[in-house]
Amino acid sequence: MRHEGTREERAARAVDVLVVGAGPAGLAAAARLAAAGAGRVEVLEREPEAGGAARLCAHPGFGADRRGRPLDGPGYAGRAVRAAVRAGAAVRTGVSVTGWAGPLVLETTAPTGLEAVRARAVVLATGARERARPARLLPGTRVRGVLTAGELQRTVALFGPRPERIGQRAVVAGDGPEAGHAVRLLRRAGVAVVAVVGEGPRAAVRAGGVPVLAETAVTEVTGRGRLAGVAVRGRDGRPRTVGCDTLVLTGDWVPEHALARAGGLPLAPGGRGPLVDGALRTAVPGVFAAGGLLHGGEPAARAAAEGRAVATAVLAHLGGGAPRAAEGLPVETSGPLRWVHPGLLGPAPAPLLLQAEHTLVRPLLTVRQDGRVLHRGRPAGVLPAWRSLRLDARWTRGADPGGGPVVVDVRE
Amino acid sequence: MSGGAADDPYDVVVVGAGVVGCAVARALARYPLRVALVEAADDVGEGSSKANTAILHTGFDAVPGTLEAGLVRAGHRLLGAYAAEAGIPVEPVGALLVAWDEEQRAALPGLAAKAARNGHHTTRLLGAAELRRREPHLGPGALGALAVPGESVICPWTTTLAYATQAVRSGVRLLLGRRVTAVSGAPGGPHRLSTTRGPLTARFLVNACGLYADRFDALLGVQDFAVTPRRGQLLVYDKPARALVRHILLPVPGPLGKGVLVAPTVYGNVLLGPTAEDLTDRTATGTTAEGLAGLREQGARIVPALVGEEVTAAYAGLRAATGREDYRCAARPALRYVTVGGIRSTGLSASLALAEHVLGLLAECGLRTGPERPLAPVRMPNLGEAFPRPYRDAAAVARDPGFGTVVCHCEHVTRGEVRAALASDVPPAGLDGLRRRTRAGAGRCQGGHCRPALQALFEEHRRSAGRRRYGKDGGAR
Ligand SMILES: Cc1cc2nc3c(=O)[nH]c(=O)nc-3n(C[C@H](O)[C@H](O)[C@H](O)COP(=O)(O)OP(=O)(O)OC[C@H]3O[C@@H](n4cnc5c(N)ncnc54)[C@H](O)[C@@H]3O)c2cc1C
Ligand SMILES: Cc1cc2nc3c(=O)[nH]c(=O)nc-3n(C[C@H](O)[C@H](O)[C@H](O)COP(=O)(O)OP(=O)(O)OC[C@H]3O[C@@H](n4cnc5c(N)ncnc54)[C@H](O)[C@@H]3O)c2cc1C
Repeated sequence: MRHEGTREERAARAVDVLVVGAGPAGLAAAARLAAAGAGRVEVLEREPEAGGAARLCAHPGFGADRRGRPLDGPGYAGRAVRAAVRAGAAVRTGVSVTGWAGPLVLETTAPTGLEAVRARAVVLATGARERARPARLLPGTRVRGVLTAGELQRTVALFGPRPERIGQRAVVAGDGPEAGHAVRLLRRAGVAVVAVVGEGPRAAVRAGGVPVLAETAVTEVTGRGRLAGVAVRGRDGRPRTVGCDTLVLTGDWVPEHALARAGGLPLAPGGRGPLVDGALRTAVPGVFAAGGLLHGGEPAARAAAEGRAVATAVLAHLGGGAPRAAEGLPVETSGPLRWVHPGLLGPAPAPLLLQAEHTLVRPLLTVRQDGRVLHRGRPAGVLPAWRSLRLDARWTRGADPGGGPVVVDVRE
Repeated sequence: MSGGAADDPYDVVVVGAGVVGCAVARALARYPLRVALVEAADDVGEGSSKANTAILHTGFDAVPGTLEAGLVRAGHRLLGAYAAEAGIPVEPVGALLVAWDEEQRAALPGLAAKAARNGHHTTRLLGAAELRRREPHLGPGALGALAVPGESVICPWTTTLAYATQAVRSGVRLLLGRRVTAVSGAPGGPHRLSTTRGPLTARFLVNACGLYADRFDALLGVQDFAVTPRRGQLLVYDKPARALVRHILLPVPGPLGKGVLVAPTVYGNVLLGPTAEDLTDRTATGTTAEGLAGLREQGARIVPALVGEEVTAAYAGLRAATGREDYRCAARPALRYVTVGGIRSTGLSASLALAEHVLGLLAECGLRTGPERPLAPVRMPNLGEAFPRPYRDAAAVARDPGFGTVVCHCEHVTRGEVRAALASDVPPAGLDGLRRRTRAGAGRCQGGHCRPALQALFEEHRRSAGRRRYGKDGGAR
């Protein structure tokens, strides 16, 4: 909502490229754009430090440096920030992008004042978050002690690995790699982990000694004031309770799409990030998107690769020609798929990324258009719900640009 | 704000700092009286007043002729004016009672007539086409509606806090964390109150105990009604859902109960609820799987696109039902005691009128107030999206860079606002109270990003204020 009056006086500025979000995706995009001479490239980050979600992941799993030494999240994030700055991008932290003053004009709030920044191209790289308890519709009492893995990381980052800041006995919910990271972080902080509860048939969690309850869901939280336990239901359908004072919710990613939606960008049906085509263009010419905003819960390296890819598209846009919005054939899903990316398939065959709703064993995938099979196969033995699958361009070859939607169908 | 012995004995002690008790204390603060507002919880508005549907009702659908009907109607006018003066966000979006079948449509003219008997003559019947024009995201099958102008959405937290703040600034003692456990005293003499933090003495006593009003009555040997907690579960949808709803969409009451409503909030979200479940446990403010599933099912019929949006919060509140379609207010001159009970599902709307009514009941009990004097002014920090907020206020940021430092990203709450709340006249006891004063942590990530930082700010303030008492949610989580 906009308001009259003089309160909103904003300083107006113009840059060439504005990147929203200094995570792996935004930083990689900015580094490549600045190096390619895109002009003034500015990255805006609302947190006091740049680096995105990776900055808080104090564990290995972020590849290796040039000499082969494993990198942790902060190490990875630090390198990404330095690379962007070295290439000539301006990385401004403590700046919140709060809305749009025009199709390519962003409103910002910072301790130094309010601005309206106009850009020739905007890259949205605002990342993803884990769903909080209410968004998971997890019923029960309102208690302290229920938090996401991200909040656990932030708590340890701010107060140190101290159990009095977290709890005594924790249950971790989720089957993806984040669950394993949460288990290790809890243990490092001196918190006993009593169980990992995952809905899939098996979990990615390898945390010695912690019982893993597979094919089991947390159905309710109990306690007064402080969490006292969680009700869980397994395959046999019988409910039981696990006593704990801390519940860490992992996975279940949702894009940080508030800004995209405030700009009126239509969303991709499954993933709920802005709808893009293979060139990462959104429905508004000059506005692009990359990284976790399009598909959360993916490794940082994938977000960074997409950041580099979006830079190529932005350079093409800056290079002239009529600005173009996302275009192509809609890509739809059928069967237990959470999302497929990109949501629009351009004239050239392009790889697709997809994620299953639940873990699938030897899934049969079929890509069709208007009932015609473009490609079919069993590309994976097990497709876990927390890892996406890449289908190379072969899968969409032969799609008719004048035809109907391309449908990706999966069944076990 | 602790202690209070200095003013003892009090002329009036108000027990219960919900929206009703705070309004009563504020009304009493207009007179040269020694007044205490005593509350069991460690903050004001911790009972039903923090978990409701946040609608400033006109009273169009009350049972004509009841005390409730009169007080909601008067309260709507009083609170509307007070909100503008005190900075409480209100949006007069109006309501539509939507008919989904022939029976409901046939009931609309009767509801319009009932509204007229309650003094509301501006309702209007809408046909299906006009209804759809005014509310384009409504589900299929809506046959028509009764439009009720004046029904508004309001911030219930700011309302309670404004009353409490103005009362405190005007001299009322706010005694938090004190449950009144017994009332004694010689006949004709003052009331002696035992509390969890020492005794208090009062010449006149007001029971504004909400769900516990019957139990408090019992402390004085009064037995008039029994409270049945009626739970209402609600879902709050994320901001993008706000574009789907223009009015408060009310169900048409029918034989199958009241149904649920869909309404915008002043924070720019959408509410879906409440359920109505009669319980026995007065602390059962949890949500249930069946409750939430039922809400989603009904929401999907009213505004189908709503259930595709993200859920920001889920909560439940308890209404103090007493088996009668009215409030249970009584003056007991022999005891110099007033009960404000059974304030079921309209207490927020009626609060200011209820307070005036209680002044009358106290007068019946023999209270001489003395001459009226002006209250200390109050201007609350704005939490509403329809009014300027600090993160968009260039002058505020220029004055204090803290207003340009966003700490809660989902709700755009700045460090300046958090600091102001921590230093306010009625400060929060913990992060829940801070959320109700600033919205920090109330957004889509529910504090997942900002809670550690807010905790640090809270502790920093505690240290610098040199206080030692730790609130119940001020500690580790
Ligand atoms: C618990 C956990 C464990 C993980 N473990 C691993 C691992 O082991 N290995 C691995 O490779 N990856 C891991 N990841 C994933 C990795 O962190 C992400 O893939 C990566 O950070 C995504 O990059 P991004 O740039 O798309 O988004 P993000 O890193 O989320 O960055 C987005 C940035 O945008 C900013 N922003 C958002 N909105 C605004 C706005 N309006 N104004 C200004 N700034 C804004 C945010 O503050 C944030 O800094 C993990 C993630 C989590 C949460
Ligand atoms: C789901 C729901 C939706 C609602 N929607 C609306 C709406 O849209 N509009 C509207 O106008 N109204 C609405 N209401 C009604 C409104 O919320 C209530 O009428 C109002 O909050 C009642 O306020 P109160 O001060 O009487 O009670 P409370 O807020 O419950 O306050 C009573 C206080 O007394 C304290 N107390 C009790 N016993 C003692 C003791 N012995 N010693 C010290 N302190 C004590 C308690 O701790 C509590 O804080 C709704 C209610 C519910 C539950």
